[in-house]
Amino acid sequence: MSAAPQFRYIARKRRPKEDRRFITGAGHFVADIALPGMRHVALVTSPHPCARIVSIDAAAALAAPGALAVLAGDELAAATLPLMVGVDTPKVRRYPLAVGSARYAGEWVAAVVADSRARAEDAAELVAVEYEPLPFNLDPERALDPASPPVHPDHGSNILLRKQFAWGPVDEDFRRAPHSIKYRARWGRSATVPIETFGVLAQWDPGLAILDVWASIQMPKYPDQIARALKLPGNAVRVHFDVDVGGSYGVKRGIKHTVLVGYLARKLGCPVRLIEDRLENMQGGDMHGPDRIFDVELAYDGDGMVRSMRMRALDDAGAYTGRAPLQLGKPIGAIVGPYHIGSVAYEAISVTTNKTVQEAVRGFGQGPTNFALETGIDKIARRLGLDRNEIRRRNFIRHDEFPYRIPSGSEYDSGDFHTVQQKTLSLARWPALVAKCDRLRAAGGLAGIGLAGCLEPSGGNSAFEPLLNDKNDTTTWMEAVRLRVDGLGAVTVVISTSSAGQGHETLAATVAGEVLEREPDDIRVVRADSLTALPSNSPVGSRMAIMLGGATAEAARRLKAKLLAIAAHNLGVAAERLAYDGGSVTVRDAPERCLSWDRLVHIAHRNFHLLPPGLEPGLEVSHTMQVPTGGALPTADERVQMYPCYSFEFHVALLTIDRGTGKPHIHDYFIGHDCGTVINPDIVRGMTMGGIAHGIGAALYELFQFDGQGQLVSQSFMDYLLPSAHEIPHIEMVEHHTPSPHTAFGQKGSGEAGYLGAPAVIASAVNDALAPLGLAIDALPIRIRDIEAALAGRGETTP
Amino acid sequence: MKRAEVTIAINGLVRRGTVEPRTTLVDFLRDELRLTGTHTGCEHGVCGACSVLLDGEPVRSCLMFAVQADRHQITTVEGLAPGPGELSILQDAFWETHAMQCGFCTSGMLIAGHALLQRTLDPSRDDIVEAIGGNLCRCTGYQQIIEAIELAGRRLRAANAPENASEAGAAP
Amino acid sequence: MKAAEFDYVRATSIDEVCDLLDEAGEHKIIAGGQTLVPLMAMRLARPALLIDIAEIADLRFIKVEAGELRIGAATRQVDAERSALVRERLPLLAKALRWVGHPQTRNRGTIGGSIAAADPSAEIPLVAVTIEAQAVARSKTGEATLALTDFFRGPMMTALQPDQCLTEIRFPLWPGRVGSGFHEVSARASDFALVAAAAQLALDPSGVCTRLSAALGGIGAGPMRVSAPAAALVGRRLDQAAVEQAVAFIDDEIAPEDDQHVGADYRRRVARVLLARAILEAQDEAARAA
Repeated sequence: MSAAPQFRYIARKRRPKEDRRFITGAGHFVADIALPGMRHVALVTSPHPCARIVSIDAAAALAAPGALAVLAGDELAAATLPLMVGVDTPKVRRYPLAVGSARYAGEWVAAVVADSRARAEDAAELVAVEYEPLPFNLDPERALDPASPPVHPDHGSNILLRKQFAWGPVDEDFRRAPHSIKYRARWGRSATVPIETFGVLAQWDPGLAILDVWASIQMPKYPDQIARALKLPGNAVRVHFDVDVGGSYGVKRGIKHTVLVGYLARKLGCPVRLIEDRLENMQGGDMHGPDRIFDVELAYDGDGMVRSMRMRALDDAGAYTGRAPLQLGKPIGAIVGPYHIGSVAYEAISVTTNKTVQEAVRGFGQGPTNFALETGIDKIARRLGLDRNEIRRRNFIRHDEFPYRIPSGSEYDSGDFHTVQQKTLSLARWPALVAKCDRLRAAGGLAGIGLAGCLEPSGGNSAFEPLLNDKNDTTTWMEAVRLRVDGLGAVTVVISTSSAGQGHETLAATVAGEVLEREPDDIRVVRADSLTALPSNSPVGSRMAIMLGGATAEAARRLKAKLLAIAAHNLGVAAERLAYDGGSVTVRDAPERCLSWDRLVHIAHRNFHLLPPGLEPGLEVSHTMQVPTGGALPTADERVQMYPCYSFEFHVALLTIDRGTGKPHIHDYFIGHDCGTVINPDIVRGMTMGGIAHGIGAALYELFQFDGQGQLVSQSFMDYLLPSAHEIPHIEMVEHHTPSPHTAFGQKGSGEAGYLGAPAVIASAVNDALAPLGLAIDALPIRIRDIEAALAGRGETTP
Repeated sequence: MKRAEVTIAINGLVRRGTVEPRTTLVDFLRDELRLTGTHTGCEHGVCGACSVLLDGEPVRSCLMFAVQADRHQITTVEGLAPGPGELSILQDAFWETHAMQCGFCTSGMLIAGHALLQRTLDPSRDDIVEAIGGNLCRCTGYQQIIEAIELAGRRLRAANAPENASEAGAAP
Repeated sequence: MKAAEFDYVRATSIDEVCDLLDEAGEHKIIAGGQTLVPLMAMRLARPALLIDIAEIADLRFIKVEAGELRIGAATRQVDAERSALVRERLPLLAKALRWVGHPQTRNRGTIGGSIAAADPSAEIPLVAVTIEAQAVARSKTGEATLALTDFFRGPMMTALQPDQCLTEIRFPLWPGRVGSGFHEVSARASDFALVAAAAQLALDPSGVCTRLSAALGGIGAGPMRVSAPAAALVGRRLDQAAVEQAVAFIDDEIAPEDDQHVGADYRRRVARVLLARAILEAQDEAARAA
């Protein structure tokens, strides 16, 4: 679809501003910052999955060349508050360093500070820790058993959260439906694993009593949580948001790293830096993702219409609460996917085991949930002998039914799932694709086509927090922007968040330029620090197109209104008679009467005597925007509006399997993507393809694998398999644009695009290839060994 | 443990330093010479974010000690532009196709792409995938990077075309 | 992941290397470092002295001599990959080299380095074992010629003594109508092999197989020759059915184990699959040879 004609800059190709510094190696990442006197941290980690810490002897470490300090958990716990948790588990206390016991292999037990990272590692080897191994559990289903060894004895069990929801007459709908199907789908533990690990640098200025923090961060309320943990006033922490973040996709919430480094910086009186090495990151960085068992029942009729769903989602949070339990809550906002499912019973269970802790991962649980649901849709189709496109067509919510309220209370704003599906099938040249698959099968191969239609809830509104935790009453989910035209007429937008490649600078400049009708390439975007910042909740939940875009648009509108007011006053006419064009203002029926941009700027900045009464001098507007459709607590019957805008993606993939080795190969990949109005096409395309690559990784390659002794065996890039260019096929993409009624330009979010549907389509393709053999694999990742074992079990492997 | 003197030509300038033998080339570039455009993502030779050119060929600088590079020539991302404030055709192509998002793998991708285009101006998609197959990216899914290298190849071929060919409309 | 401290010397001659190796202490030879440096970064290897042989000119060559393709131990993998001599005279090695790591690692990694590192699923050792190559090793006391079929003693363990340095790998060249095949399965394109199979055979003018060497990687502690295919196939014309039948018998010769990547059963089954493919590829290539 070509750019909508009504936009001047939006939806048109534009080179992203941010790219300019990266192509010359001039990015500003946290490890690029060197402060005078900076010292370096290395970690001492637990080799045991569960063990009491008997003693820590740092004498030899402190005597090592260049060693400055060794910090252990007791000292840190006495000086700081435990890290904040989203659900009500006060007895599950988490500090940056283990206190009393280490609860997973790789947990940080002590921190060593030295004058170089190498010497910190030398000294860390000399820290002598005596452990008393304790019983441990690695099995989330066993964690449900009260007899399983508790990871946190004070908490009383291994269950962090267990909540059941019933929206609508589920039992009755199941009784009335002629058929039902029950299945288990497993989402293996993977995560986003950015190429840059987490890093943080902190410096305490005792004169100003300010802790300066630079970090590779993507986290709401980061400055607040630092201050709180370190028992500092909120205005004693200054986070610098102008640090480039080398990828995050959710996980870079290194609050434990930051509290550790902040404490050390204050204690030692020098800047302290921790850049995780890859081993520290994989094992102890606490950035693992959902590790989930879905047990699903779907009630359906003979036409394939799904009437009701029961879903139990059991998630293995690892050894501390982290964000894992809440990642069971967000999918409630799209729990029926794009389908007319009339009632839902949902049980969310989060348990502790002796594994690494989870952090927020791209989609915050939506990807696994989409996979679980799409698995069932395919199974029903197969049972009924119904075409898998047709079953989706029948069940999709229709274009004319929006806004559409789902049983759990969220309203889907807009969508046209049928058209996106149709456009994708056309892009895929569907009949030819089917013929290609048939030819491959006729030649004796295993070939399959995968299909998936999935929602990307966007806008970020953490209504899942009060939904899963009665004690949480947060309903504010805002973003703010300051827009300024300086005395020389140049435009600057001030944003209050760091970025990890999402193109926020380009987004803000394009939106400001659109409204002010000024060239976006001339609009500068800068980042405040947390002391000068306006409220922000960070780029999470695919929210920035909506929120940063919305706040910028409104600020720009108000700034434009100021210009019009100045013009009206100086031209002596009512505002309705004025036309604004490219920043200058003319009288509509007397165009020779005009005030240029430069003249208006001059008046605003210098001619107080020419300003309309009541107007502030200068040209500066701040605007704080609340998420559209948000702002309310859940109802008594546990329904709540979650995210405001729903993007949609439809995937088609052709995949073959080598019968002899079990190795899959993706031949063709197509995606249809609808995120409403697209502000920058190349940015959205890039994130969508990146999300698909990430999803292919989760589907076929990536797994944090633990052995029976609780050791993470996939702890380096040799064993945790990130897809390279060899593994990602050429992807063709078609766009559709169903605008959202809630946003300035109809834009919806799309940072999680691709990832939320790719795992489902890959599983669908594998199972379509295996279906003629009566085989199915419903656990991700589907690795070579899993496919080959399934084939061998049927005697199906052939050279 | 003895420190060692190294003399390495970096981006055309001879640079000297005194290093511990265990200092990797990437750490020497970043920490000693403050050439922070080259990044470390894994420090065990898999991700390729540390790629530089050694005597014109791409290598992982996290898998070399600085002492091994003594008396050799290194090109980093900072040395790819023809001059200060300018961009090479490949760098410009990366911008044109938006062949990056977070920028962390970009230096390594540019090095790999640059080396490929030194060997051939008409790489196939397979050639490009082979050249960047050792550079991991988590943001882009690789497609726009492949498009950038293809675009740069086309532009370089057109720039090298004889004059009468450009009259026939072989403009970039 | 910073290495532990060590001293470093850049050797300029093989004699100097041998003198250094003769001295006491934990020393390690480094050529390309593509295997060694990650181990040092993870502090799994902690030599006190690193002896750099990468720039000893006498260790970098590719030549044909006495019916062998002889490659200096410090010859870079990329140079072997680009060598017309390797492509023409030892296609099996040329095929295997395409699977070795990435172009960037091949720009540093060496032929001898891969042999000395002895990763159980590495491609170059597999080729060496398939055609019964030899290695020349020098020490202060003299020169020894080692059969590579008896060289790989376990994962990362070889018959090389601490005072020895590999100087040359000698690959025998087969006369006549020769064909080779190399097949590997790995999780990602550039990963180490889960299972690999290599085969080389020769046909007489009438198309009967006169000689067959086959070996497997990833099925044990090191690359392993298997004799069942030769026993079944030498002296006859090969076809798919005959090859598949022949490879079934390798089961008696191999004893793969489970590990974190794949199970023993997978290795056993897939070894047969890949070996059949390698032998059939060799057959095709030999049949087309003049």
